[in-house]
Amino acid sequence: MTARIGVITFPGTLDDRDTQRAVRLAGAEAVPLWHRDKDLKQVDAVVLPGGFSYGDYLRAGAISRFSPVMETVIEQARGGLPVLGICNGFQVLTETHLLPGAMLRNDSLHFVCRDQKLRVENAGTAWTADYTAGQEISVPLKNIDGRYVADERTLDMLEAEGRVAFRYLTEGDSADGYGNPNGSLRDIAGVTNEAGNVVGLMPHPEHAVEPLIGTGRTDGLGFFTSILKKLVNA
Amino acid sequence: MARVVVDVMLKPEILDPQGQAVQRALPRLGFEGIGDVRQGKRFELEVEGPVDDAALARIHEMAETFLANTVIEDFTVHVEDQAGS
Repeated sequence: MTARIGVITFPGTLDDRDTQRAVRLAGAEAVPLWHRDKDLKQVDAVVLPGGFSYGDYLRAGAISRFSPVMETVIEQARGGLPVLGICNGFQVLTETHLLPGAMLRNDSLHFVCRDQKLRVENAGTAWTADYTAGQEISVPLKNIDGRYVADERTLDMLEAEGRVAFRYLTEGDSADGYGNPNGSLRDIAGVTNEAGNVVGLMPHPEHAVEPLIGTGRTDGLGFFTSILKKLVNA
Repeated sequence: MARVVVDVMLKPEILDPQGQAVQRALPRLGFEGIGDVRQGKRFELEVEGPVDDAALARIHEMAETFLANTVIEDFTVHVEDQAGS
């Protein structure tokens, strides 16, 4: 029996189908979950995909955070359920306070869409075990509310505890995907909770899982193979 | 019905590029002498029933959990004078 990974669809979600596909390519079963259902259909892990859930009204992720499905996700994430938030999903996770910090409008005020170079800083989470710490990857990034902020004390704590999971690589040409694309503090692209089961990031690993499309690389597949191995070996 | 206003502003230490963009546009439009602009949100709540301490406490709770994200924003609550009522 293979692992069942739930992918939530909110009104305004865009990347649920791509995420389901990435889950299947990694060898797991993708289980669609609906924002109005409290029932998680006994999945082993959950992905919150990108998009503009509830139109990003009020703040990105602010209204989704109070949806019925998220009540269950929050409760089970605290009990250890692996949860990955990509882009809008990351924004939802910060709004739930499962992950620290918050997301704001890009410092450039522009929507940014490009292939982005990242460094995997923490390869010890449920979603990054197939990478090595320090590994550089390239995955698509597309957002306007991608600026990660937190107070200095929180940022210092995240650094000290190794909870900065991904960082934008800044040493290189922006045409090659280098640089901080949105003004995120300390070049933070993604973070993890203390236990390592809840991870969020702005770039889109689910768009980099097949050599035929996109970057021509499969740098994002490791997120999905990481969680599959963890669940199958559990 | 009484109106209660919740104003939400980014905390002072948080960069506000939208406010900066507005500020930079001002001289071009002939509005001189504005050194800084910060942009916020205003919520006007029409309250059914009396605006007593209990109602204000609930609105405070609403602002803290939903209208504002207190990781990045501060908020104030005030009851608006009701002209003509």
